[in-house]
Amino acid sequence: MVAKSQMQEISEEAPPAMQVAGAHNSQEIGNNLDRLIHERTRLALVSALAANPVLSFNDLKSLLQMSDGNLSAHARKLEDAGYIACSKSFDGRLPRTEFRLTESGRSALQRYIAHMEALILAMKNL
Amino acid sequence: MSPAQKPRSASPEPVALHEHAEENLRYIRATMENATSFTGVSGRGYFLAGVSAIVAAWLAARQSTQAAWLLVWMLELLLAGGVALGMTAFKASRQGKPLWSSSGRKLLLAFIPAMTAGGVLTLALFLRNDTTLLPGIWLCLYGAAVMTAGVWSVRILPLMGALFLSAGSLVLLTPVPPDLMLGLSFGGLHIVFGILVWRHHGG
Repeated sequence: MVAKSQMQEISEEAPPAMQVAGAHNSQEIGNNLDRLIHERTRLALVSALAANPVLSFNDLKSLLQMSDGNLSAHARKLEDAGYIACSKSFDGRLPRTEFRLTESGRSALQRYIAHMEALILAMKNL
Repeated sequence: MSPAQKPRSASPEPVALHEHAEENLRYIRATMENATSFTGVSGRGYFLAGVSAIVAAWLAARQSTQAAWLLVWMLELLLAGGVALGMTAFKASRQGKPLWSSSGRKLLLAFIPAMTAGGVLTLALFLRNDTTLLPGIWLCLYGAAVMTAGVWSVRILPLMGALFLSAGSLVLLTPVPPDLMLGLSFGGLHIVFGILVWRHHGG
């Protein structure tokens, strides 16, 4: 598992150039990086929900400028992981889908932020 | 930085990992800040305010004195403001969000200055027995207030503010009937945008 370097973890979706600098450091920090949240769209989803108790599908779509399909796909992954909870209801005759961040999702975001901060510290201490 | 803009470098030069991590933290912060816009504005509240404004415009056009005309619109301001605020409080409460959240406070603080200026001008012009400019001034200042406050709320509100501002400019600069424009703007625009907010952001 140690061979899974921090670079492999953090840069899975980063440009190749990012895989050059600092490649031999902070392996332990990166080992536990949450790939699910590391993806930018899902990171945005979780961050937006961390700032609001609840957001509707349309609020999120407008806020993050995402298409219906893209938002649904990423929200489904986070829901499957238990990071967000989805509830469906009706507002009059209009269907309404709302998302909330679960405790597990909030902890995951906190861990991710802690990882980023630790990574910054580790790299600056080189 | 907009959350939708994924700040990835296209440069072939190496990017230090800690810079990438810092960028991620900035991205999280920017997304959270953008996400705190106040979505509690009530579409149903705007809709009802629009309906009451149409009735007020009809009533005001039938008054024979400036004082009576102004009284009708001041009562309409109280009624529509009360309905919109009450419905917004109800919606925010249903969403589990406080009415006086950070974004709610910013929205209110952005709304108040132009509305206060409108109040002062209304009083000053009424005391001079000249209310002819009031419809255009009201529409312009309300539009300015909504455009500014809308920055902290749902995206279509600044557009509604811009349309009010345009309507006010028309009233001030052209011979269009003021009461008709007040009815079309405070009534029609509130009804149309109320339905849009209702559909896209809940009642």
